[in-house]
Amino acid sequence: MLDVLSQLEFRLLMTQTAVSIQRVNAYHGALQVLQDIELDIKSGQWTSIIGPNGAGKSTLLKVMACITTFSGEVVFPKLASKNFTEKVKARHVAWMGQNQMGADDLSVHDVAMLGRIPHQGLLGSPTAEDRRAVEEALKLTHVWDWRARNLKTLSGGERQRALLARALAVEADILLMDEPLANLDPPHQTDWLQIVKALISKGKTVVSVLHEQSIALMSDEIIVLNCGQIYHQGASSDPSTHRAIENVFENRIRVEQLDGRWISLPKMISDT
Amino acid sequence: MKVTPQYLSEQISSPTALMVWLCTLSLGAFVLGVLIGSDGFENPQNALNNSVSLSIIYDIRLPRTIGAWFAGALLGLSGALAQGLFRNPLADPYLLGSASGASLGVASVLVLVGAGGAAGNSSWALKLGLSSAAFLGAILAVTLTLILSKGVQHTLRLLLAGIVVSVILGALTSLATILNPQITQTMQSFLLGSTNFINWDSVLLLGSAWFICSVLAWLLSKALDALSLGELTAVSLGLRLRPVRFILIAALALAIGTSVAQTGLIAFVGLAAPHLVRSLVKVTHNWLILLSSLMGALLLLTADLGARILIAPEELPVGVLTAVIGGVYLLCLMYSHNLNSDSL
Repeated sequence: MLDVLSQLEFRLLMTQTAVSIQRVNAYHGALQVLQDIELDIKSGQWTSIIGPNGAGKSTLLKVMACITTFSGEVVFPKLASKNFTEKVKARHVAWMGQNQMGADDLSVHDVAMLGRIPHQGLLGSPTAEDRRAVEEALKLTHVWDWRARNLKTLSGGERQRALLARALAVEADILLMDEPLANLDPPHQTDWLQIVKALISKGKTVVSVLHEQSIALMSDEIIVLNCGQIYHQGASSDPSTHRAIENVFENRIRVEQLDGRWISLPKMISDT
Repeated sequence: MKVTPQYLSEQISSPTALMVWLCTLSLGAFVLGVLIGSDGFENPQNALNNSVSLSIIYDIRLPRTIGAWFAGALLGLSGALAQGLFRNPLADPYLLGSASGASLGVASVLVLVGAGGAAGNSSWALKLGLSSAAFLGAILAVTLTLILSKGVQHTLRLLLAGIVVSVILGALTSLATILNPQITQTMQSFLLGSTNFINWDSVLLLGSAWFICSVLAWLLSKALDALSLGELTAVSLGLRLRPVRFILIAALALAIGTSVAQTGLIAFVGLAAPHLVRSLVKVTHNWLILLSSLMGALLLLTADLGARILIAPEELPVGVLTAVIGGVYLLCLMYSHNLNSDSL
């Protein structure tokens, strides 16, 4: 058994896998949300998960973050020990949920500092390293100037950027983001793209659940999820990926090339 | 000069400043509490030279004033804990059934002992019995809530189980009171809350409970901050929610059990104290739990003073005053916020 596992780990390390999901099933009550998922997320790449509403995208991301109940196995090859503690995992994988409410009374700076919890002791006050990481995250997301404001006073998009700063402040190797572009205006969507590119260039792994398909088509790899199963996994430039996307959206969109970039367009009944 | 929450929050910008304010005001209320008796304000010079006055101060007013401070601090602290734990600004520390459990405990002892007299006549043994029953009732009710909700995993289940326990135990208490009308008056004074019966032993109990609960809450303040962004975020940050919740609920039960056992059900301090703090400063939980303690203590101390002065030489039940003061202030807060922004 041990040999089998170490062989598996060896393979994952060799193939530069950041997260490996094996035989994962997940349920919401009696409803099966994920069905026999087998998946490797490549290290140092940006992977996007797309699929129709209710396909299980958010649940899949929560499984990767190990914050929901599921059967099966999630392996992080870069973590030396298989029996890692919650804290070690939290330093390795950061997760940002969709439409997170709450924390209204905390300042933007306090919220970003929450991202440093995996690096801190129970009582210790923030170290210089914590402050640097928080400052960097707040500046990257352009919220540094109003770091003293309360979350309650922010607009939806501003709030989203503050929460992104929280996730960045963890400085994890793997960053999982559930609809990170919700409420962001186009310039800030561009900023988000730049942040992702910067993370990738530093060797980090980014996985995002996106409804903005044209932006998802800019990622390195795309996972198309449908009805709790992996319908397709492939490079974003691969025509088979584009066909898969069109199929799961009932051919009501089409993926086309414009100025060397792939974009997804809604298909009207008149466009035959 | 108009003292609105806005004005105050401009003056008290930092948590340290608020702490100093609350301590100073508490000290003032403390001195008044020690010097004001049923026949009005006492000249400290006279009191020091009069052995009867001195013994009244030492045996009655001093423990009562210090005890009221600790009881208020426990209520404020548990309010902050409950609101943080349930991520709900409307969470009251008496949630989870502790209040109705304590009431049922008191009612049971009264029925068993067959105490017909008013609380004022009750013997020392009965008083001890009532305090223990209130404490045990509160702890047992919270335990029952935990059993019904099958542990601490689901917040909503916990809250619903707490409501069910509250309703059922409340109904049993009403039944006991109706079947034994002679306990009605004592029950009423328990339900309204009073600092009348605090002696030095109570002070020791209240003080120790406050110390233990504060340390526990302070140790978990970072977890409470993380919880404010949701349970999943807290878990993703490496926090183990189950032990965190369990310890917080235990601290909550200890705090409420102790304060209810010594002072009865004092309304509103627990709900209002954290809100008043948050209206003045924006802080993380390590400050919030300390400041809510101080705010709750000041609230109860002031209300106790009012209860003793307003219809002297008679006394009002302090719970009536806390409800009125806390309620009016919260209402003011709500209106002033509504005028300046759309959301409270």
